Amino acid sequence: MKRIASLAVAAIVTLALGACQLSPKTATQNGYRGTGMDQIQLTKVAMAKDEVPAPPYDPPATDGQRAKEVYQNVQVLGDESADQFNYTMAAITQWVSPEQGCNYCHNPENMASDELYTKVVARRMLQMTRNINRNWKQHVAATGVTCWTCHRGNAIPANYWTMPAAGKSGIIGNRHGQNDPVPESAFSSLPNASLALYITGDPKVDQNIRVQTTGLHPGSGNKTSTMSTENSYAIMMHTSQALGVNCTFCHNSQSFQDWSISTPQRAKAWYGIRMVRETNGQYITPLATVFPAKRKGTEGDPFKVNCTTCHQGKNKPMGGAQMAKDYHALWGETTPAVMAAPAAPAAAPAGGAPAR
Amino acid sequence: MTTYQNIFTQVQLRGEPEAGIALPPGSEARIGKGTFNYWMGLIGHAQIGPVYLGWTGVISLILGFLAIEIIGLNMMASVNWDPIQFVRMLPWLSLEPPGPEYGFSPFVPLAKGGWWILAGAFLTSSILLWWVRTYTRARALGMGSHVSWAFLSAIWLYLVLGFIRPMLMGSWAEAVPFGIFPHLDWTAAFSIRYGNLFYNPFHCFSIAFLYGSTLLFAMHGATILAVGRYGGEREIEQITDRGTASERAALFWRWTMGFNATMESIHRWAWWFAVLTTLTGGIGILLTGTVVDNWYLWAQQHGYATPYPSTGVVDPATLGSAGQ
Repeated sequence: MKRIASLAVAAIVTLALGACQLSPKTATQNGYRGTGMDQIQLTKVAMAKDEVPAPPYDPPATDGQRAKEVYQNVQVLGDESADQFNYTMAAITQWVSPEQGCNYCHNPENMASDELYTKVVARRMLQMTRNINRNWKQHVAATGVTCWTCHRGNAIPANYWTMPAAGKSGIIGNRHGQNDPVPESAFSSLPNASLALYITGDPKVDQNIRVQTTGLHPGSGNKTSTMSTENSYAIMMHTSQALGVNCTFCHNSQSFQDWSISTPQRAKAWYGIRMVRETNGQYITPLATVFPAKRKGTEGDPFKVNCTTCHQGKNKPMGGAQMAKDYHALWGETTPAVMAAPAAPAAAPAGGAPAR
Repeated sequence: MTTYQNIFTQVQLRGEPEAGIALPPGSEARIGKGTFNYWMGLIGHAQIGPVYLGWTGVISLILGFLAIEIIGLNMMASVNWDPIQFVRMLPWLSLEPPGPEYGFSPFVPLAKGGWWILAGAFLTSSILLWWVRTYTRARALGMGSHVSWAFLSAIWLYLVLGFIRPMLMGSWAEAVPFGIFPHLDWTAAFSIRYGNLFYNPFHCFSIAFLYGSTLLFAMHGATILAVGRYGGEREIEQITDRGTASERAALFWRWTMGFNATMESIHRWAWWFAVLTTLTGGIGILLTGTVVDNWYLWAQQHGYATPYPSTGVVDPATLGSAGQ
């Protein structure tokens, strides 16, 4: 009897431990000692190499005839050399439509034609990429982004979000937009659609993520309820999940509010949130009239970006691989957009304006 | 004599069930004559019953049942009455209090938090009636009312969380949802909103008493089991008539830490630690958002938040324009 019992206990303990991740971990301290600021990753995850496609061929010269002199209807890349233009097109095909090929965006009878909606979208995406690489160095530094950063060989990036359907009435099938384990809220019971409250890029919609009072005592200034704090908590969990890091990658949990004990990554993330807002508000949402219904969410809005779209579980997308440097065309001027929305960077919040 | 060295009680008595002392005049009869259960005997007393419900017990059980029904059926409705999803999603499901737009109004549409108010009202009434029951039953047995006051301390924390603080804040949205993960999320969100609850000194007291309770519980339980072979389980008799068990237990603690509680005072220690856990916890919650809005800043002001070297990071919102 005792032998059976001890065998059973041994089996249960083994199984219980088996459910834990026993494989080796890599721990990195990223804050002052004793503050619990460290990142622990499975070594195989930390060491995993992301696929980074090599250039289609050796980058060609940037001098020579301009693309706009050789081809028609080149609105964004016209000032690149014709060789660079072709090189960029070859790379984009490899990144975005490796199976569909050129014809995913182009009419092979008339390459200059804008008849396919995908070509109009691609043009806007090139403007977006240039805007990120030129104007958001506080977030992407000199590494920059390419189409691959989000697309990874898919015509539609694997990670996107759309606006949630309006809340139901009554209690049947109504979870009040939460209590539903979805990736957007890191499988918690936190609100599912917090992204739609913070990163639409519409200044009338996006709320302040900050919830803490800047003074000791209650005043009239901060009316944030505990209930609405859960939205802020949810988008932070989204960021954490997207980057594969915990809270202390950016914050000293002693005070989530205090910048002077936060890590430099928190400032990077602050710019990242604003970059995502501008990207959604200026570059993606205006494409609603261009995209067909199958490329839009239930509320008729295009698939928007969040932290996961680029990061995909890494605190630096693709482990910080220097990919964009090989593509001269992705660093050019952000030319004024021909379509609905202006391509110029959105008016940045002036100093003293409420920091959203 | 290794009886008390085991996890399970090795000795079970059988005989005529103990019916209890005679009830005071005007009392209802106790229900059942009492029976024996071997499995209960392994972890406690083998005798089950008789029980005394009385009107407080009956109404308390009915109200408690109604509260659990409201919570459970709301959760079930939220998954379209699907029993499989109900079980699968149960840890995520909740019954949420009304949103901030309703303030502290008692008149909230049922689907918008009215059910939460109703469930809370039933649950509170049920708990308070059960408290009355612990008091009257103790008095009927000629006991002290220590259990009632300890229970009331727990009720105090419960009422602060779900009623008193929301009332002072003027918003049901400050109250805790009914649900497994949702109430944990509330706890974390509460700490985030009010600048880290760990810097709330009453939270510190509560934690100290909570951990102290478990320490005292372990020390006392271990001591009595360890002197069980000398009759140490007769704790109460040994208060006045110290036997060798009591002497050895006392000497053990004087040897190891220079001081010992007595067979009586150890129970007072345990009672106060347990009672103060929820009493101080309730005070800490009550002060949050009503008197102090950011506990970290409060603790800095009072010199008790550890200062760490600055990382030199500044709030980008103070640096002018973004995206340059």
